[in-house]
Amino acid sequence: MRKNIILCGVGGQGTVLASRLISAAAMARNIPVLSAETIGMAQRGGSVFSHLRMGEGIHSPMIARGEADLLLGFEPGETARMLPFLRPGGQVIVSSRPVTPVMAALSGEAYRAEPMLDYLKAQVPSLLVVDGERAMREVGSPRVLNLILLGAALQSGALGLTEADLLEAMQRLIPGKFYELNLRALRWAGENK
Amino acid sequence: MHTAFLMGNEAIALGALAAGVNLVCGYPGTPSTEVLETVAKNRPEGVYVEWSVNEKTAMEMAAGASYSGARVLVTMKQMGLNVAADPLMCLEYIGVKGGVVVLVADDPGPISSQTEQDTRHFAAFSKVPCFDPSSAAEAYAMAQEAFAFSEQHGTPVFLRPTTRVSHGYAALEVKDPEEYEQHSPSGFEKDPGRWVIFPRLSFANHRKIEERNEDLSGLLCESPFNRMETGEDVPAPRKGLAAGGISYTYALEAREQLGGIPLLKVGVPFPFPEKLAVNFLRDLDEVLCLEELDPVIERNLIYICGKYGLKTHILGKQTGHMPRSGENTRDLVTDAVASFLGAPRKTETLPPPPPLPVRPPVLCAGCPHRASFYAVKQAMKGRKTIFCGDIGCYTLGNAKPLEMVDTCLCMGAGLGIAQAVNHLEPDRSCFAFVGDSTFFASALPGVVNAVYNQASFTLVVLDNSTTAMTGHQPHPGTGRTVMGQVVDKVSIENVLRGIGLTFVETVDPLKLTAAVDAVQRADAAPGVKAIIFRSPCIALSRPTGRAAVNPGKCIGCRKCIREIGCPALSFAEGKAVIDPGQCTGCTLCAQICPADAISGGEHHA
Repeated sequence: MRKNIILCGVGGQGTVLASRLISAAAMARNIPVLSAETIGMAQRGGSVFSHLRMGEGIHSPMIARGEADLLLGFEPGETARMLPFLRPGGQVIVSSRPVTPVMAALSGEAYRAEPMLDYLKAQVPSLLVVDGERAMREVGSPRVLNLILLGAALQSGALGLTEADLLEAMQRLIPGKFYELNLRALRWAGENK
Repeated sequence: MHTAFLMGNEAIALGALAAGVNLVCGYPGTPSTEVLETVAKNRPEGVYVEWSVNEKTAMEMAAGASYSGARVLVTMKQMGLNVAADPLMCLEYIGVKGGVVVLVADDPGPISSQTEQDTRHFAAFSKVPCFDPSSAAEAYAMAQEAFAFSEQHGTPVFLRPTTRVSHGYAALEVKDPEEYEQHSPSGFEKDPGRWVIFPRLSFANHRKIEERNEDLSGLLCESPFNRMETGEDVPAPRKGLAAGGISYTYALEAREQLGGIPLLKVGVPFPFPEKLAVNFLRDLDEVLCLEELDPVIERNLIYICGKYGLKTHILGKQTGHMPRSGENTRDLVTDAVASFLGAPRKTETLPPPPPLPVRPPVLCAGCPHRASFYAVKQAMKGRKTIFCGDIGCYTLGNAKPLEMVDTCLCMGAGLGIAQAVNHLEPDRSCFAFVGDSTFFASALPGVVNAVYNQASFTLVVLDNSTTAMTGHQPHPGTGRTVMGQVVDKVSIENVLRGIGLTFVETVDPLKLTAAVDAVQRADAAPGVKAIIFRSPCIALSRPTGRAAVNPGKCIGCRKCIREIGCPALSFAEGKAVIDPGQCTGCTLCAQICPADAISGGEHHA
């Protein structure tokens, strides 16, 4: 198996944990993994990404244009920004919930998800849109979008991993008191097809 | 051995521990910080770790530890190396006893730095050998190798990852603690002829250093970190690549797509492996250099061509084949190699997306720095002012709508700038903002200078009780150490009073009225005044509740959004809206709402 996955969103949305969970799950299956994260100033509300590469014969943790098998988008505009990295026929899973940039709130310009989602749909016929707003409300926390999207990726089969793989990684990486909440988030997509 | 998924910086830390490091010190700075943190987390009994007050002190600690025969790792980012330059330049002349590895993380882009300076140049300048890893795996190997190398050749050694190596993760085979080398420091032995730097000693050692580095250039041709990868036979012009750092992995990926042309990997760029390069260049007509920051490999190859009378054309940054600044990417390197080989890549372009959101980094929702800046802005409205900023999260006070950072240069510089402007324009109200960690790291000489030289300005210490931007490291004002000891805090107030300041007031910036009043009184007082805005970083404290807008009361004036720019605030259907996922209940917006439409949280004035 060889897979290139990009996770993208806004600093604070939890892309790093999602990336770590996928990596840990792949490693437990003895699949070589390389990854790269945005760390530093951009984590304060800027655009962030994780590149994650699994399989043999990979030299660099970075993914090139047209090379990603899966784009896991935490925010519609950020997903549109990263679309050039998707390979032809690759899968995109995106949360429909926009995160309004402070700049837009200040200038009074509306920032809406719909034009971004329309653009993504036009380029990626198989686009999978997750109602992130509703999912977080139903799971009961504004901080679990990462596990909700990971669950959707799991359902789509694009991760190349099983739920058991991820559960094992979650038990190792997520503190006990948050485990149940994150488990509900992971399973939301499966229960709301 | 066991397999672990490690960040490059974590791999370096474990490599140092495996080599039996005895003392680790440094100052936080992206992208270097996780090295020391990982040592602290995995510290075997007997290994001493500290966050030093700044890089200069850390480098001096390294000297002392080495004189005592200890193996020492000192960590910093490239900007920090400037602060540590004085002791390091001298230490190279004195030489080392216990191995000294100087971890300096460079930041192409730059992503989180003021400059794109290249530590490989600093290596040549200071004459300190430099290991330049291309991956987390190589960083792990180099970290172990570097200590023995340092002791064998009597010199500090740079280990210089860049951001993508420091922050890239890989599944690595690493040693178990039982396999770690044991290194026992012999203790300090008096030997003034060795440890006291005088011109005569410097003269003698300078010559030895130059001779040693010539020898090392030869020796390093045999190092596994420097090597040639031969290519398939191709017709003239015969072409090759030379690469170092993360760009080497980009070159390997490009070769997989475009064909295996000869590749020179330079893993130790100083002293440059000259003979290896001659062997590589001899059979080639053109070489494209792939590296970030300065054209170090490129200039070395040009020099070697001149020295050995080789006719090879060296291409790269200086010939316009590679960009002069910024970081390389997989695509940039593959495109450059394809063009170099005479077959430019065709790129499929998507239709342009709708206008994408612009997201400069911002102060977090509830960040007390926002309240501090807002208080000073309100207090000084309509006055002739200068607001000198500094390095840390609070640099983000520059953004709209606060716009409270008129200058930002380097750590501690705001104090010097403010007092110079005051001497030239006594009618201007001068302010210098500095964080609590930066206060201890580099603001103290500036305060003493101002008091002694009769400057008049207001020092604003933004004390959130942590080093926030780099991920919350302790410092002298926090009352704990990285080894977990609870210690007496060094009091910022007492330090300032000790220097001679009489106006030193500590205020909670989230109590807006009191904060504005304190700033106005400070500005009116003569001499050097200080306000300490003390409120904990929101990432380290529990939210005090969530604020919410009462839509019945909100008059839709947008004052909250327009004036403080909190990322939790937005505007929908004619009313302000607070995102409960981000709000910490700081109540700054409630305190400025003219309609009293916001409630919840604590801290009301």
